[in-house]
Amino acid sequence: MNTFPWLTALGVLPLVGSIIVALLPKSRPSLAKQLALLIALATLGLTIAMALQFDGGSAEPFQFTESYSWIPAFGISYSVGVDGIGLVLVALAATLVPVVILAGWNDVEGDSSKGSGSVKGYFALILVLETLMIGVFSATDLFLFYVFFEAMLIPVYFMIGRFGGPQRAYAAVKFLLYSLVGGLLMLAALIGLYVVSANLTGTGTFDYLSLVGLDIDPMTQRLLFAGFFIAFAIKAPLWPFHTWLPDAAAQSKPGTAVLLIGVLDKVGTFGMIRYCLPIFPAASVWYAPVIIAMALIGIFYGAFVALSQQDMKRLFAYSSMSHFGFIALGIFVFTTIGESGSVVYMVAHGLSTAALFLTAGFLMQRRGGSSMLGDYSGVNKAAPVLAGFFLFAALSSLALPGLVSFVGEFMVLLGAFQRYMFVGALATLGIVITAAYVLRVYQKSMTGPLASGLEGMADLKGREIAALVPIALLTLVLGVFPAPILNVINPAVNQLMTTIGATDPPTTLTTSTSAEGTLQ
Amino acid sequence: MINAGAVVWAEGAPVLQEVMPATGVFSLIWLLIALPLFGAAVLLLGGRHTNKWGPYLGVLTVFGSAVIAVLMLLGLMARGAEERSIGQSLFTWVFAGRFEVNMAFQLDQLSLVFVLLITIVGTLIHIYSLGYMSHDPDKRKFFGYLNLFVGAMLLLVLANNYLLLYVGWEGVGLASYLLIGFWQIKPTAAAAAKKAFIINRVGDVGLSIAIMVIFVTFGSVTFSDVFGQAGSANEGTLTAIGLLLLLAAAGKSAQFPLQAWLLDAMEGPTPVSALIHAATMVTAGVYLIARSNAIYDRAVWAATAVVVVGLITIFMGAIIGSAKDDIKKSLAGSTMSQIGYMIMAVGLGPIGYVFAIFHLLTHGVFKAGLFLGAGSVMHGMKDQVNMRRYGALRAAMVVTFVTFMAGYLAIIGIPPFSGFWSKDEIIHAAFERSPIIGGLAILAAGITGFYMTRMVAMTFFGKARWEDDVHPHESPAVMTIPLIILAIGSTFLGMALLFWGNIETWLEPVVGFATAKSPISTTTTIALSLAFVIVGAVIGWISYARREVPIVAPRGSWLTRAARQDLYGDAVNESLVVRPSFLLSRVLIWFDSRVVDGIVNGSAAIVGGSSGRLRRYQSGFARSYALSMVGGAVFVLLALVLVRLS
Amino acid sequence: MNPSNYVILSAVLFTIGAVGVLVRRNAIIVFMCVELMLNAANLAFVAFARMNGNLDGQVVAFFVMVVAASEVVVGLAIIVTIFRTRRSASIDEPNLLKY
Repeated sequence: MNTFPWLTALGVLPLVGSIIVALLPKSRPSLAKQLALLIALATLGLTIAMALQFDGGSAEPFQFTESYSWIPAFGISYSVGVDGIGLVLVALAATLVPVVILAGWNDVEGDSSKGSGSVKGYFALILVLETLMIGVFSATDLFLFYVFFEAMLIPVYFMIGRFGGPQRAYAAVKFLLYSLVGGLLMLAALIGLYVVSANLTGTGTFDYLSLVGLDIDPMTQRLLFAGFFIAFAIKAPLWPFHTWLPDAAAQSKPGTAVLLIGVLDKVGTFGMIRYCLPIFPAASVWYAPVIIAMALIGIFYGAFVALSQQDMKRLFAYSSMSHFGFIALGIFVFTTIGESGSVVYMVAHGLSTAALFLTAGFLMQRRGGSSMLGDYSGVNKAAPVLAGFFLFAALSSLALPGLVSFVGEFMVLLGAFQRYMFVGALATLGIVITAAYVLRVYQKSMTGPLASGLEGMADLKGREIAALVPIALLTLVLGVFPAPILNVINPAVNQLMTTIGATDPPTTLTTSTSAEGTLQ
Repeated sequence: MINAGAVVWAEGAPVLQEVMPATGVFSLIWLLIALPLFGAAVLLLGGRHTNKWGPYLGVLTVFGSAVIAVLMLLGLMARGAEERSIGQSLFTWVFAGRFEVNMAFQLDQLSLVFVLLITIVGTLIHIYSLGYMSHDPDKRKFFGYLNLFVGAMLLLVLANNYLLLYVGWEGVGLASYLLIGFWQIKPTAAAAAKKAFIINRVGDVGLSIAIMVIFVTFGSVTFSDVFGQAGSANEGTLTAIGLLLLLAAAGKSAQFPLQAWLLDAMEGPTPVSALIHAATMVTAGVYLIARSNAIYDRAVWAATAVVVVGLITIFMGAIIGSAKDDIKKSLAGSTMSQIGYMIMAVGLGPIGYVFAIFHLLTHGVFKAGLFLGAGSVMHGMKDQVNMRRYGALRAAMVVTFVTFMAGYLAIIGIPPFSGFWSKDEIIHAAFERSPIIGGLAILAAGITGFYMTRMVAMTFFGKARWEDDVHPHESPAVMTIPLIILAIGSTFLGMALLFWGNIETWLEPVVGFATAKSPISTTTTIALSLAFVIVGAVIGWISYARREVPIVAPRGSWLTRAARQDLYGDAVNESLVVRPSFLLSRVLIWFDSRVVDGIVNGSAAIVGGSSGRLRRYQSGFARSYALSMVGGAVFVLLALVLVRLS
Repeated sequence: MNPSNYVILSAVLFTIGAVGVLVRRNAIIVFMCVELMLNAANLAFVAFARMNGNLDGQVVAFFVMVVAASEVVVGLAIIVTIFRTRRSASIDEPNLLKY
């Protein structure tokens, strides 16, 4: 294997960048932006270089591994590495950061209201967040993961609290408290897990691979699982832990919302698939019915709330909640197709959220930041390019076949159907409501006669188009040819299935007499 | 009773064809789809630079596909009947675990006739649109969407598996959405577009779940794998698949109970109505069922449900078509009704598949001609669609009139026009199955005669009831030439396909073909249906050509009023689905902000409130702090002592 | 002599000191009572050292003395400052540090 410390380099690059950006003089905001964009693009380039070296057929559980002892007394080490799932999410984060920087170029300009931060501060925070996101997806030591998981709150808290809308303080504190509650539960469970590992093996450890191999007794598993799961369910967010999301999304800048929902929230679902399932397989199966019920409720609850929501940002937040229901559903049906679909869905949702929030952000910028649907009408007439991107984002959100979101959604539904026929069929009904609320937004804002006050509205400019094109292109290309991501996801999913000891249900025709697929 | 003919089914089922590798001209199957999609991409992404030449590129790409399709027809005809199914696989599309779907196409006799219909009628309508849309500022976009539609529709019929078909299926839905809402500055158009998409999505749920059942049952979604194993699946599963596919077909083909979107879809430009909502897209449901014949042949009840849905829609469409004054909506009702015939025919099993496709082809041609004719009339009448404002147009628009008459004679089924052959075969097949179905089909043919005569009479005959500033004129050649070509098709296509093309033997290897004994002879069937049609036509003629047509519609009977309201389809949807959904939505918004978030904010308030009370104890008196310290120390001491003692 | 007597003495001294802290208002006297409590503790430490036969208690006593000395320095300085500004050494008066 090559010895270049890819992941550390990936993490350090934006961190160093953010320090430099933060040290720049306040009087030169454009230099800060350019530098931030450059660093983000360099990180993306490094990620692509790393991804090209990734070996999909490797038998190793993690690649690009590094491990250095950190606090040996507690078996804590700095160890990183990625499997296919981690890799695509790292790539997602590295892709969205430059896009967000480009799209948010002028978002914090002239924002001199009391308590808001400087331009360079915003971009420095984005870069810090990128480091932490890369860290959280590539940590293979649970303590390290926890550190990244909690540290992520800090830049996001400031991004909402200093650069957001009028209610930003409320939203930021709500976000922080929710996340801290989850984080504390997880910390308790983490310590519990350490103690259990100490009892079982003699030496306590936080090393992921050692913990996966542990044979924890079912009762303990359930307790520890709950600690981890609630933290992840708050982050994801699943019903009923979701109420921080609409506030946070509505009060933050579009770019913040993209990173928050598009990448950060994926840590929740990523955590479920990476930590909950393999470390606590028995508890996962035991809790699965409850979680599937939560996911189903979330799918319909989010969709129905979005159906007559008047505030676009809140609407997109609720639609994300509905989509997170699909992701969680795919994870907890324990089928290869479902797990794989969930990961694809995470990527797809990251892209479609980015497209939706950024396009809506460009729209709102042209009307003094109003996000109320009632303020818009007939935009297609004045700004056809904007309307076109908006429609594309909407279609990507409703999982139009041919786009990557369809691949993810259909795989999740098929995986669910394979295990629990009625759950799959019921969840499929969600696609109708999704279409209804997504198209309602498009109809209200883009069609009809032009709303007064929007006359002479400018269409998208070069920079804005440049930010949206990569997302649109990825959505389309991966929808027609998803092999690049499926090739790296599938081996990781197969490994996961082996680890948790689940097998797919056989087709009814070939083995109608033999037993059903098993979970344990 | 209605199942009397079921015995014949197993006999007519086709033997699965072997799939040949794609060689020669057939290696271009992907290009059939790629050409129009390329055109769409250039037109939609190219921006204003392509305004000038874009529409011509749009026409050329579809024409290119049509040329390839004709070459493929010649290629297939040169091959033996058993070598006419050709597969081409590009790459593995979606895969995980045992699930593996290829980006692969299958060209056989059934897909080829669809490809020919789509590309040839598509080319004609593209050419017609050059004239019809010449003054529209967004002409480029229009051709872009049309190209997108053609590409998606070709993908639908060329896919070799259900999942890829689904991509085409929603792709045409998207194109339809975009084109219905093409004049989206009109709120009605935007609403109609949304409605069409959402109702279609209900059908798509059926298709989605059907694909899931198919995968769970057969372990594959590729047509050849599924149909090859269909015999060993149990009937319950096959019935479920059949009913789910029927739901999908009902959505796309505007069949009962998902018919409500088609009439509103007439908000789109007329060429769109002709291509998408008459000739091609709405027949996708027929294609789906005919393609899945291996499933329906073994699921009697699902097939019966198909027949029933078809029959209901035949009458709904005919009744709506008889009452509408809007020429396009009247034609849309007629489309529903004619597709009802096709759906009914595919439900009949091997005795009907071939004729359903036959009728689909002839209908595609003559209905496209009728719609384009209606568009030509509107073009000359300042976009007036109300037939009560037409009248006596036969002299002002000779070409339009003559071509429209060809379509008229074809749709009501007068020999030797093409509709006669295809509709008559369907009616005959219906009699083979059951006299009730046959009788209903004949009755509906009579209504067809009535409403089409009404339309022709109100438009071309009688007195002129034009608005004052309207000066009817014939359309330019770019519009009339497609009309003439389609009129020729309306006249001769039926005979050509039946006698020269041998449509039964052509399609038999794919969908199967069987005949059964009919209680009445072919001659009697023809005589009966002609009699009904003529009676209907005469009533129509007397009521609308001989008598004065009032400009303001009379109140009419309850049936007329119901038909004007689309038989209350919208009202039902509105009260059963839309309003409860929005009510639920508002309740949930309240619930979310008051209850779920209320609990969260409530607990925050409790913490805040109690801390507010607790801080009162921070009085500032040093000695009271000292006292509490001592108290605390004593408490700890006592606790220690107590623990020690016990 | 029985070392437990020293412990009892230390408890008595501590109690006197504690009561003094609670009931007296003059800061100087409160301060002296605190010193009394500290020294009572010292006495107990030394007594325990004797009883246990090791030096740990005596070492702690030295620590306490150092802490007490530092505390006297800081505490007296504060009292003098308060007296200067308020012309009173009552500890009930400066009650601004509340809520």
